[in-house]
Amino acid sequence: MDLKLGHYNKDGIEVVDVEGEIDVYTAPRLRELLIDLVNKKNYQLVVNMEKVEFLDSTGLGVLVGGLKRVRAHDGSLDLVCTQERILKIFRITGLTKVFGIHDSVDEAITARKAEK
Amino acid sequence: MATVEVTFTPLPAHVRTARLVATAVARRSGVDESLLDEVRLAVGEACSRAVEAHQKHCPGQPIRVALTDDGERFEVVVTDAVPAEAAQLHGVVTVAAPVGGNGTASGAVPASGAVSGAGTGMNGAIMQLPAGVGLAVISGLADDFRISPAGDGTSVAMSWKRRADPA
Repeated sequence: MDLKLGHYNKDGIEVVDVEGEIDVYTAPRLRELLIDLVNKKNYQLVVNMEKVEFLDSTGLGVLVGGLKRVRAHDGSLDLVCTQERILKIFRITGLTKVFGIHDSVDEAITARKAEK
Repeated sequence: MATVEVTFTPLPAHVRTARLVATAVARRSGVDESLLDEVRLAVGEACSRAVEAHQKHCPGQPIRVALTDDGERFEVVVTDAVPAEAAQLHGVVTVAAPVGGNGTASGAVPASGAVSGAGTGMNGAIMQLPAGVGLAVISGLADDFRISPAGDGTSVAMSWKRRADPA
């Protein structure tokens, strides 16, 4: 399955919906979207990965790159993911300590607001 | 002789095809369903690394994927044609000796702490993680994992125990 991307604003936080496979072929599209959002001054991001079917280290690299960009503006990039097969690669690479990973978009937004 | 061999031009779009073929052959070979996601991810990592290296050093050369079911184990070998000195730029630190499996690969960046360097040592526009993370992921997924010289390039071999007789 190809990659489908969408985004919307909720409570001042830009939510990015990702569906499909994030790999060496499709990851550049996600990267471009994250860069575009940051260039448009969206520094509070939540990436919803509930419909992601595959994620490899290239995709992780894009997420880390997005995190770096928003942090340069004192922003945040949180993830929504409950799928064990996706979470596994975050655990193997130790990235569970780098990203805030939440069970739902609402939970991610609430947690982000609480930190402000 | 491999059960199935796939040869593809080094384009990112073909990595998905290699993943799908590997997963299908693994399923047919009797690899446990619970391990198929690991096979899919590990093969994707090996092929992605090979594609990236080929695009920089030998874009006209194909990448080979050999899938073998020997009755005991299901093995995948991804072979590139990138010279050893160039391969070091893509995470292969030592290619002379086979390395241990199950996360003990000395030829790759260790999985633990591999990403502590995220943000430093960047390698290209897409990869924002240190080179070698893909290999570290493979070492964490496969039952056995080896990197060795193969012709002018490098082969990344990974295997899983079969859990059941094939249908």
